[in-house]
Amino acid sequence: MNIDQKITDDLVAAKIGLVTTVPCKQLAGVIEEVDKHPEILHIPANKEDEGMGICAGAWMGGKRSAIIMQNTAIGVTINTLATLIQYYRMPLPMLISYRGELREPVACQVEMAVHTKALLAQMNIPTYHFHKQSDADELPMILDYTFMCNKPVAILTDANFWGGYGDQ
Amino acid sequence: MIRSEILKEIAPILRDQLVVCNIGIPSQELHAIDDQASNFYMLGTMGLSSSIGLGLALAQPKPVISIDGDGSVLTNLGTLPTIGNNTANNFILLIIDNGSYGSTGDQPTYAGQKTSLTKMAEAAGCDRVVECQAEDTGRVLQDALDSGEMTVIVCKCESGNAKMPVITMDPVTIRDRFMGAVQA
Repeated sequence: MNIDQKITDDLVAAKIGLVTTVPCKQLAGVIEEVDKHPEILHIPANKEDEGMGICAGAWMGGKRSAIIMQNTAIGVTINTLATLIQYYRMPLPMLISYRGELREPVACQVEMAVHTKALLAQMNIPTYHFHKQSDADELPMILDYTFMCNKPVAILTDANFWGGYGDQ
Repeated sequence: MIRSEILKEIAPILRDQLVVCNIGIPSQELHAIDDQASNFYMLGTMGLSSSIGLGLALAQPKPVISIDGDGSVLTNLGTLPTIGNNTANNFILLIIDNGSYGSTGDQPTYAGQKTSLTKMAEAAGCDRVVECQAEDTGRVLQDALDSGEMTVIVCKCESGNAKMPVITMDPVTIRDRFMGAVQA
């Protein structure tokens, strides 16, 4: 089983039935697995705050939800995280590609990477950083934790975790 | 007719449905007119009423009505293609289009000028889009519920707000009693 399948299976095992996504090259494989899994309703979103709204509604409707997005989206979603997800105390696992870390070929990605952990810390969002593939062993625990505490939780996944980025 | 008059008129229809209500004065008006556990009042997060409603409709079978505004739809325009491409036949998006940002002082929106949200919803792939005048909202909303088809209603009305108190209910209380109504 590859890492994309493992992550998808972990989402399903945590009873997550709806996933919204905004793509990133690093996340292409896991998005493909999510899309074809029969137990997950995959709703591609045009923007990450929209995706979080869909997740909030689905969770209130009795379906656990999660969002898959790039770390640049932290810049897009601060207000939604504060005034919807946190204010109403909703659980939201956020599987985030951590662009702009080691092996990054695109310089501009570093500009949001340097703010990513600071913003998450400022928001008091529990944050986990997957650097090696074995780090994903903790994913089921992180998902349980998210639905235990009704908070948004960030799982940052960097280029080394995904096995590099092209020839970098 | 202004928004609060429309809400008063359709309150008997809304009462039995799951309602996600837009931030600001729309939620204050609905709360004052006919507070129900089945109303989810947005206290922040402009633009996401339609997204929350869509997620709710996709997750469970009861009808869901998202009450939105033209300004809020314009701030989250990406919602229309998502709604158009993910059919939830228990979902109604009711856009109260008064051509203004009502909660912030009635500044004009582009929907009150050259932009047609009706045409934008159609172009986004929404199959059942109904534009109506304020006076017909009740009939059009009941038709939409009876149709069993996902419907976007663009209700053209006058700009203006009723003076209603701010909602002081705790957000977790709003959410918890709403989830109780979903499960009831």
